[in-house]
Amino acid sequence: MSETTQYQEINDLLSKNSGYKEGFFTQTVVDTFAKGLNEDVVRAISAKKNEPQWMLDFRLKAFAHWKTLEEPHWAKASYDPIDYQDYSYYSAPECNSCSSDCPTGNKGMSMEMDPEVAKAFSSLGVPVNGEGSAQKANIAVDAIFDSVSVSTTKREELEELGIIFCSFSEAVHDHPELVQQYLGTVVPYHDNYFAALNSAVASDGTFVYIPEGVRSPIDLSTYFRINEAKTGQFERTILIADKNSYVSYLEGCSAPVRDSYQLHAAVVEVIVHENAEVKYSTVQNWYPGDDNCEGGILNFVTKRGICEGAHAKLSWTQAETGSAITWKYPSCILKGDHSIGEFYSVALTNRRQQADTGTKMIHIGKNTRSTIISKGLSAGKSDNTYRGLVRILPSAEGARNFTQCDSMLIGDQCGAHTFPYIEVENASAKMEHEATTSRIGEDQLFYCQQRGISEQDAISMIVNGFCKDVFSELPLEFAQEAEELLAISLEGSVG
Amino acid sequence: MLLSVENLHAQVADEPEKAILKGLNLNVKPGEVHAIMGPNGAGKSTLSSVLAGREDYEVTAGTVSLSGEDLLELSAEERARKGVFLAFQYPVEIPGVSNKLFMQTAVNAIRDEQGLPALDMFDFDTYAQSKIDLLKMPKNLLDRSVNVGFSGGEKKRNDIFQMALLEPKLCILDETDSGLDIDAMKVVANGVNSLRSSDRSFIVVTHYQRLLDYIKPDFVHVLFDGQIIQSGGFELVHELEEKGYDDLIQAHQQQQTQK
Repeated sequence: MSETTQYQEINDLLSKNSGYKEGFFTQTVVDTFAKGLNEDVVRAISAKKNEPQWMLDFRLKAFAHWKTLEEPHWAKASYDPIDYQDYSYYSAPECNSCSSDCPTGNKGMSMEMDPEVAKAFSSLGVPVNGEGSAQKANIAVDAIFDSVSVSTTKREELEELGIIFCSFSEAVHDHPELVQQYLGTVVPYHDNYFAALNSAVASDGTFVYIPEGVRSPIDLSTYFRINEAKTGQFERTILIADKNSYVSYLEGCSAPVRDSYQLHAAVVEVIVHENAEVKYSTVQNWYPGDDNCEGGILNFVTKRGICEGAHAKLSWTQAETGSAITWKYPSCILKGDHSIGEFYSVALTNRRQQADTGTKMIHIGKNTRSTIISKGLSAGKSDNTYRGLVRILPSAEGARNFTQCDSMLIGDQCGAHTFPYIEVENASAKMEHEATTSRIGEDQLFYCQQRGISEQDAISMIVNGFCKDVFSELPLEFAQEAEELLAISLEGSVG
Repeated sequence: MLLSVENLHAQVADEPEKAILKGLNLNVKPGEVHAIMGPNGAGKSTLSSVLAGREDYEVTAGTVSLSGEDLLELSAEERARKGVFLAFQYPVEIPGVSNKLFMQTAVNAIRDEQGLPALDMFDFDTYAQSKIDLLKMPKNLLDRSVNVGFSGGEKKRNDIFQMALLEPKLCILDETDSGLDIDAMKVVANGVNSLRSSDRSFIVVTHYQRLLDYIKPDFVHVLFDGQIIQSGGFELVHELEEKGYDDLIQAHQQQQTQK
């Protein structure tokens, strides 16, 4: 698709949309826990999901540890301490066909999906019935509604290849040996405050296993939606790519408009074995709150992957446009020799949004390489921070890193901040760091307008030009969606 | 008359004490080349900006019409679409946006205004190559990001290339020669000369005569303190070169005090 048509489509969208179009609320009969968090709640979540003892033990261990921790406030984002007792830790559309004695929780639900929930996903453009638009037909989707996975499509097709693509809860029942083998190995329950909380109250999530030598022929995708007010979503995603395999995994997120903060604390663990490659792409469009970012999503996410074997490759690509607060550092542990880690990020903040995001590249193996390209766009009265660590351990002979951090300011009341940490313990390492800060100026806009280009076109052209290096890493439909989101989120932010 | 400026008064927006243009009159017929000269601070760049529709300036009195239509009512992009082109003193960089995308968008915006169908990638490419050949521009010009990593001369050259693509009716060159060496200046002058035609007019704003030696304008105006204080033919350029602005300015100031 040519660049011109791409942003013509953005303009079509601009003329149709304003504000947060995913902000609708779905009326369903729900099964929601009362607010509050204690050991009984953790046990109740586990019981609700009919979990085996080992999973409950994992939760309880994490919960006990979480209670000893303090909420971190080192990020460049100010928020009042969260009242964890004021949230509900489990919410699911009620399952009519199988009540509480349902053997595997949500499995029955995917067959009997609440029509309201199906409608919600379909209006978000998520093909939960395996139908969807022609464009998305080549994607398998796991749709998560509040605390549970409601549908996983194309499963049979994938099963023939030996690919496991199911909800996390199902994996606990159907593939306990794999879950036990990998759960908490990349992000241990004691890793940080929010990871501990997630380990204790994990709601649902996606489980992916790509067997040795298999290249997944279709993109796998999860769509997260928070619907209930004052619920937390704590999904746990595990993705394992066995030797010589390949998978491209996408995730998208949204939530209805609410007047109170909704909490989202996810954990993602990715394990990449020898010669395997994983592309992990995220378009995050959680509700950012009202004009003062009151009531938006608090997004505290721990994403980490390990390149376990030699020549393994892990790419994180993210377009972050939503949430009141984003706290997220998708990281790569480069353990295998010659393994490769990549991080491509576009983070856009507008109004009073605060984003503190970046990555960690931990080089352990020889000749490991990492690339970091981060593009931060700040508009309105927002703050946008890049925080990154590149660490070269003594064993990482010949490691290389290239980092590029660019910030763009739109208007004169926003902030862009960069905190790059570099720790090198092996003298053979080669490190490059480039950083720029620019401003969408009146000058650039006037230059475009003087050539006959409208202001809206000019803004999307300038912004997309700025983000080009990152968008080119996203799968096509996602790149388009990300560009659309940018255009919508930026609407009216200049002049 | 293509452009008609009458009694134009303008100031920096919201700063009434900073009146810059104070009753400027100028008429430009199709095909004419007008040079506007004058010392620093006379209002030369303000005039270019006001004609192009820059919002930093506010018109407080007077009228400007383009082919009889009130130009001041139009936004910057509407003016551009009606055929007003400004070559910038400092062309702006747009990282990540190729000249090709940028100019294809601009050309199609203008074609849309004229009721012509948009050029697709291939047609645009053919069209652009013809202009590159005409102006003897480097072949890779279209693939580069707009003005990023360009030298001062290359940026000005790119502006002239854009001018050729957009085929405007009125081209305003705002001190396009500032900071250019002789070779780059020749490229700019050649560009202007090869785009000259009976239905295209130019306003060349400069404070050096050198560019004008290559362009040979039909009319030369001296701008001082927001007004045109002297107009003449090409010979005025050389008078100014010999005597400087001082005599003219003194005569003008005497006239003012007598009033």
